[in-house]
Amino acid sequence: MMRSMPPNVPRPRTALFVTCLNDTLFPGTGRAAVALLRRLGVEVDFPPGQSCCGQMHFNTGYRKRTAELARHFVDTFGDYEEIVVPSASCAGMPAEAYPLAAAGDPGLARAVAELAPRVVELTEYLTDRLGVEEVGAYFPHRVTYHPTCHSLRATRLGDRPYRLLRAVRGIDFVELPAQEECCGFGGTFSVKNPAVSGAMNGDKARHVLETGASVLAAVDNSCLMNIGGRLDRDGHPVRTVHLVEILARTEQDGPLPGVPVVEEAR
Amino acid sequence: MTRSFLGWPAFPAAAEREVGNRQLRENVRRATHTIRGKRAVLAAERPDWDALRDSAAAIKDQVLADLETQLLRAEEKVTAAGGTVHWARDAAEANRIVTELVRATGETEIVKVKSMLTEEIGLDAALEAAGINARETDLAATIVQLGDDLPSHVVVPALHRNRSEIRDIFVREMGRHGRPAPDGLTDDPAELAEAARLHLREKFLGAKVAVSGANFLVAETGTLVVVESEGNGRMCLTLADTLISVVGIEKTVPSWQDLEVFLQLLARNATGERMAPYTSTWTGTTDGDGPRTFHLVLVDNGRTRALADPTGRQALRCIRCGACMNTCPVYERTGGHAYGSVYPGPIGAILNPLLKGLDDPQTASLPYASTLCGACNEVCPVRIRFTDVLLDLRAQVADGGQHPVERAALGAVGGVMAHQAAWKAAVKTATTAGPLLPRRIKLPGALGGWTDSRTLPAIPKESFRGWWKRTQGDTK
Ligand code: SF4
Repeated sequence: MMRSMPPNVPRPRTALFVTCLNDTLFPGTGRAAVALLRRLGVEVDFPPGQSCCGQMHFNTGYRKRTAELARHFVDTFGDYEEIVVPSASCAGMPAEAYPLAAAGDPGLARAVAELAPRVVELTEYLTDRLGVEEVGAYFPHRVTYHPTCHSLRATRLGDRPYRLLRAVRGIDFVELPAQEECCGFGGTFSVKNPAVSGAMNGDKARHVLETGASVLAAVDNSCLMNIGGRLDRDGHPVRTVHLVEILARTEQDGPLPGVPVVEEAR
Repeated sequence: MTRSFLGWPAFPAAAEREVGNRQLRENVRRATHTIRGKRAVLAAERPDWDALRDSAAAIKDQVLADLETQLLRAEEKVTAAGGTVHWARDAAEANRIVTELVRATGETEIVKVKSMLTEEIGLDAALEAAGINARETDLAATIVQLGDDLPSHVVVPALHRNRSEIRDIFVREMGRHGRPAPDGLTDDPAELAEAARLHLREKFLGAKVAVSGANFLVAETGTLVVVESEGNGRMCLTLADTLISVVGIEKTVPSWQDLEVFLQLLARNATGERMAPYTSTWTGTTDGDGPRTFHLVLVDNGRTRALADPTGRQALRCIRCGACMNTCPVYERTGGHAYGSVYPGPIGAILNPLLKGLDDPQTASLPYASTLCGACNEVCPVRIRFTDVLLDLRAQVADGGQHPVERAALGAVGGVMAHQAAWKAAVKTATTAGPLLPRRIKLPGALGGWTDSRTLPAIPKESFRGWWKRTQGDTK
């Protein structure tokens, strides 16, 4: 059963850093994160001053710009005790990139070092900070999961997303072949090297189809946008859904409209 | 004619061409997946694998911090053991030294033990210009040489070729350079190996001069080490009268005890073998055994330049095992030639800019030839953090003003994003403009590549922040 928080324990001040991509293109992921966290007793706040973590800038080589965005991030989130992020790659920015971007600015470097441990990717937040795996979710569909490179090798989520997915009621979870291989997005890479990126993405899409899944999940919408764009262009109806949108759905919501329901769950 | 990577196009153009070659992609996919699998099994066999990697990285860092002392010590030992040491600042100087040394012997047909450094400096072409024919003796290097091709991998230079292509090259070319391929040669691996054996044996037995590289130079005794699988190296290193070893200054390890660490890592990580079939070591010359004359040419050719880069210098730890390219999803689709260098894949993406600088568009394109997926970080036996170096090199490219248009674009985004009001307005515009934007469009300019193989997501009517403002996150 779903774990409910004791009502009299004051919750830490928790902020949602929704990320710029989710804000503009995938607001459903942000809404799902809020719904799920509130269901689990976390009073999550959305500081409206938030913008972009600067990942694209940093990965392209623009460290000064990244430092400006790091400063802004610190100003926006500095007062919160925990900052939850529904994106493994953006969640890694404060710990991995900000110290490098802040080189030569000791004040910023200190602020970043102080803040970074409080920034946590959403699935890790669920399993490690809240200590839950069964979050009361219901999702009667065949689902496969792509571990994005950042979640695998930088944020090192390990089996956390799988534990969460396997605990979802009604789900038919299938492993993705060659799952640890990059989808070819790489931010700036997909723009600078579109042919290679497309070839990698084509292979990833093929593996997704091999699973027969109707839904592909991941913890980064950027990669899902990449793979989903390919599946869609080739006319395959596989839906790409952020993991938190699966975890947020309950029996009340019913199956995802327009997606085949798995037999056992009917 | 010896082909070279001179004037090669920048990575995106070269890669696009290679990606379109289906046969090549299949060859590279097969070969890399096979070695990848073998390596994974043998690395997992060692419970102390990560500790070995830590040691290897630490030893190399120690050498690099004290390179001059180590090299002078090695020179002293090699000289004391009857060898002669030469120092070459760059490719031209190294080629001149080797050419003069070969000329002095009066020989015009010599043999080579596979060496990436001699490929890097273009030694074969320099010798050819001086009327000296240097024949490769390693199987894969022979395939590349006979095919007037370029190496595409540091361990298996002909990795991009499949069996039937190799057969065709043998049938067509062997006769022009010595013993022809046997009649009715098929693409059976055993038959191909036998054809190569017969063709090459004549070369070993006849040659008086051999040129090699080295995997390691043990400073404490001045000993050179070559690790190989076929025995051709052993033949060349022992049968020739004169041996000339051309070695990068970063190949130094302080002691035999240190060497032990690398010998445990190299074969497992390179070819998925517990130990390489042939590990040859020699120190200067020995009366009545092996070459009577030994020259060691120590080559810089950009290594001290790389050493001066605080983040990038870790690339000099590389022991050329090839695991990073075998693991790289980009290399798997492009093969090695796309990188325009004898060092392809992740190590090529960082080492070439570090050795040559970022001034030309080809080297400046290499740090971007990666999705930053980090798979290479996990397999490198000397723990090179490729992603750190790639990002640092990108920052150097960006600071160097190589991408003015992109800088302006990202700069504008950065400015907008840090500025709350403007950002909110930008989100609002994006979301209200959304439904008007057809999804199967071709984006203009540099972004066009994205839409060549993907549709764009539909832009939602309401942003997250719009929803939050309207509902305060009320999910009822
Ligand atoms: S960089 Fe590391 S993995 Fe790549 S060839 Fe060198 S030693 Fe091997």
